[in-house]
Amino acid sequence: MSYKLNNDMRTALFEYLLRHGDDKLILGHRLSEWCGHAPILEEDIALANIALDCVGQASAFLSLAAEVEDKGRSEDDLAYLRNELQFKNLLLVEQPNKDFAQTITRQFFYSSYGIYFFQNLAKCEFEPLAGIFSKAVKETSYHLRHCKEWMLRLGDGTEESHNKTQEAVNDLWRFTDELFFKNEIDELLIQENILPDTNPIRETWRNYVGEVLTKATLQIPQDENMQTGGRRGTHTEHLGHLLAEMQIIARSYPNAKW
Amino acid sequence: MLEKKDEILNLLTEITDPEIPVLNIVEMGIVRDAFYENEKLIIEITPTYSGCPAMKVIEDEIRDVMYSNGYENVEVKKVYSPAWTTDWMTGETKIKLKNYGIASPEGMAEKDLLKDRNQKPVECPFCNSGKTKLTSHFGSTACKSLHFCLECNQPFEHFKCI
Repeated sequence: MSYKLNNDMRTALFEYLLRHGDDKLILGHRLSEWCGHAPILEEDIALANIALDCVGQASAFLSLAAEVEDKGRSEDDLAYLRNELQFKNLLLVEQPNKDFAQTITRQFFYSSYGIYFFQNLAKCEFEPLAGIFSKAVKETSYHLRHCKEWMLRLGDGTEESHNKTQEAVNDLWRFTDELFFKNEIDELLIQENILPDTNPIRETWRNYVGEVLTKATLQIPQDENMQTGGRRGTHTEHLGHLLAEMQIIARSYPNAKW
Repeated sequence: MLEKKDEILNLLTEITDPEIPVLNIVEMGIVRDAFYENEKLIIEITPTYSGCPAMKVIEDEIRDVMYSNGYENVEVKKVYSPAWTTDWMTGETKIKLKNYGIASPEGMAEKDLLKDRNQKPVECPFCNSGKTKLTSHFGSTACKSLHFCLECNQPFEHFKCI
């Protein structure tokens, strides 16, 4: 299938799809690292389920990206044969799992942003994209509910769980600025009516997150040393290691069939 | 064409969801449409969850069934819009689920996604007791949550509202 798009639009839309596809793929892979290691069986299953939703959404975004690009690449080529600098995911999602509090906090920041953001994008004019976002929003609501409950239990739990969760919040806060990254690609797609002109969701997100953190007896950190770069392909040192593991089979055995 | 469509949909009722073998893919609402485009038969399906691993199996089975019934030029296409919802399940389908031992999705899917879900306990599909508790939002497959019945002491699964 090929879409009637001029070259600038094609490039912009392709890049935009990579951002979301890469967010989901990298986050899904990170979560899958918990498989068989989570603190309790139910949690193992929950994290694996969330990982599965993420990888499923990644597949939808990346296959649409491949169609839009129209250069004969497949979703698998995009997932397994690009290098670090070509990945456009948020820095937040590539951060290592460390402990359970870090994993849940990362997921909480991402899923709460996702709910607001995807709800808006589900109204976009480009129907194939709207469809994927409307699916994603429903799944994300379950992810958010799950990690919000954990934020409350961990934050307002024992001294140790509280401290670890506060540490995770402090650690990951600097990557939350990038959730609201916008550049000329967004501008072009909005101008061409492919994306809706999203209302400023930043304040809404901050209010929601602030509310939950306060309820969980956690402090909201100051905006210091805020980090961005992932959307432009400049990543933290963690992404390369993740990709090495995720891509090794596909790269060692090109065109291997299952 | 319309007759043909009925015939095609009828053939597809032979295929069941691999995870829930009492429901076929037509009553599940996974088959969205069947039509001809440039002499090619397009069958549109929609995933219950984006990452549902059953989709691949279902796609293969659709092709098998169509080929073995003499349809040659068949393409199975995934569509995402409108997103699949449990609201499309009929009462009859829900009874089949329950008889199979899976508590069926109750009520309509939540409109306000940020609202905390109504914590009303899910009714046990075995003894119909309302005295149950949620064990986990996530179960053996993406579409189900885990519960425990305090009356008959049975763990059971619930098809989540989505």
